[in-house]
Amino acid sequence: MAATDHALARPLNGQPGRLRGGLWLLLVALFSLPASAAVLPADRADVLYHSYEGGGVKIDGPAVLVRKSVTDDVSLSAQYYVDEISGASIDVQVLASEYAEERTQYDLGADYLLSKTIISLGYSNSSENDYEADTYSIGISQDFFGDLSTLSLSYAQGSDTVGKSTDPTFSEEKTTRSYQFGWTQVITKNLLMNFIYHVITDEGYLNNPYRAFRYLDNANDPSAGYTWLTEKYPETRTSHAAAVRGRYYLPYRAAFGFEYRRYNDTWNINAYNLDLSYTHPLGQHWILDLRYRFYSQSDADFYADLFPAENFQTYMGRDKELSEFTTHTFGVKVSYELDTGWSRNWLEKASVSLAWDLIQLDYDNFRDARRDDLTPGTEPLYEFDADVIRFFISAWF
Amino acid sequence: MRSYCVLLRCLGLRCSGLRCAPNRPLLLVSLLSGLLLTAGCSSIQPWVKPYERNNLADPIMSFSPDPVEAGYLHHVFQSREGARGAEGGGGGGCGCN
Repeated sequence: MAATDHALARPLNGQPGRLRGGLWLLLVALFSLPASAAVLPADRADVLYHSYEGGGVKIDGPAVLVRKSVTDDVSLSAQYYVDEISGASIDVQVLASEYAEERTQYDLGADYLLSKTIISLGYSNSSENDYEADTYSIGISQDFFGDLSTLSLSYAQGSDTVGKSTDPTFSEEKTTRSYQFGWTQVITKNLLMNFIYHVITDEGYLNNPYRAFRYLDNANDPSAGYTWLTEKYPETRTSHAAAVRGRYYLPYRAAFGFEYRRYNDTWNINAYNLDLSYTHPLGQHWILDLRYRFYSQSDADFYADLFPAENFQTYMGRDKELSEFTTHTFGVKVSYELDTGWSRNWLEKASVSLAWDLIQLDYDNFRDARRDDLTPGTEPLYEFDADVIRFFISAWF
Repeated sequence: MRSYCVLLRCLGLRCSGLRCAPNRPLLLVSLLSGLLLTAGCSSIQPWVKPYERNNLADPIMSFSPDPVEAGYLHHVFQSREGARGAEGGGGGGCGCN
């Protein structure tokens, strides 16, 4: 499948495996904290249609989530998610690579309320004709300090098998481990804040087997043309992300939200994003959400749009996700909620929501190689807009 | 004078006539004990009472009111951007690129 399409279709890797010494200590510390009332997630069901359209590709499909308590202290969840891919991204157009047409994902989860602590287990499987991923996760969270603070820790481990639709003998492995620490704090009776620190490590085959970099046939004469060659990626990657987010309750029943996140990894990508959101109920039944997000990143050490020579350096890549770029996202969501008052029966509340986000991506050093009428390296910088739509119905019971 | 010296000793100081010289180990223990005692007397208490949390409990204050939708949107960003992780509620902890 095309790299771009592939990436979006890629599963939500997740989670757990060996717990190392430090983590165990933290877990022990958590268990020994004075506890207060932790609450399991509410029983609900969601049926969602999602659509992403931009850069010549369309990815859409359904998702269904059901979460239900089976006893007072155990809640189970199951999710089914499908990506249907059509169209041809810039990578497909340039490299003429084939791509998978469908990805299916299943998620299973269990939350266990134990002596006012919540322990969560999860499993996820993602499958497509050239990629298989399994992920296991474990997490623990606990309220303390009079319910004003919540600490959480989670670990996830994923095992992926990377294939190639054009080569049945191609098979590579990748292992992902994820460590996350979270802290949520009530600051005032109107302000809630959350801090997350998240480390993810990858080992194995991290390339996208369909993507290629390009290098000049003659380093001194770009007009002589260039050649494509399969990318060469490092076999490890470790990333650190830290985010602070908050929500503030406004005096007239509305909420203002913000997020600031910093990111860096061993490929030397440095990034940050800033999110602002506003939630405004309209009457008894409508809720309006507005959102703006800005994202900026630097390029990876081994990224170049056009390398001067075939063996210019050890690792060479041209994924536009590794280039230097910025994105702006403008979003709006409208929900209609209906409180049925049927709590004696099975349905307590229902809602219908429609959300639309416009993402504008502007690349600073990724050029439009479809313009083969121009001298290599002088093509216009690539940019595109994407529309992301979600329509979903939710029920609480 | 005797009570004065007892007080100084409690604070980790050695009494020698009217001059006092620091006794560092004792001073350290005294300071730590003092901190613990102080903490015990006036430890920080939860400052937002349960009956003051109506606004915080309003669904519009949720970080992730619709987990399926939020997870999907995080997935979209993660697929298009180099950064990953720390997405918060609804994120899958995705390790994908």
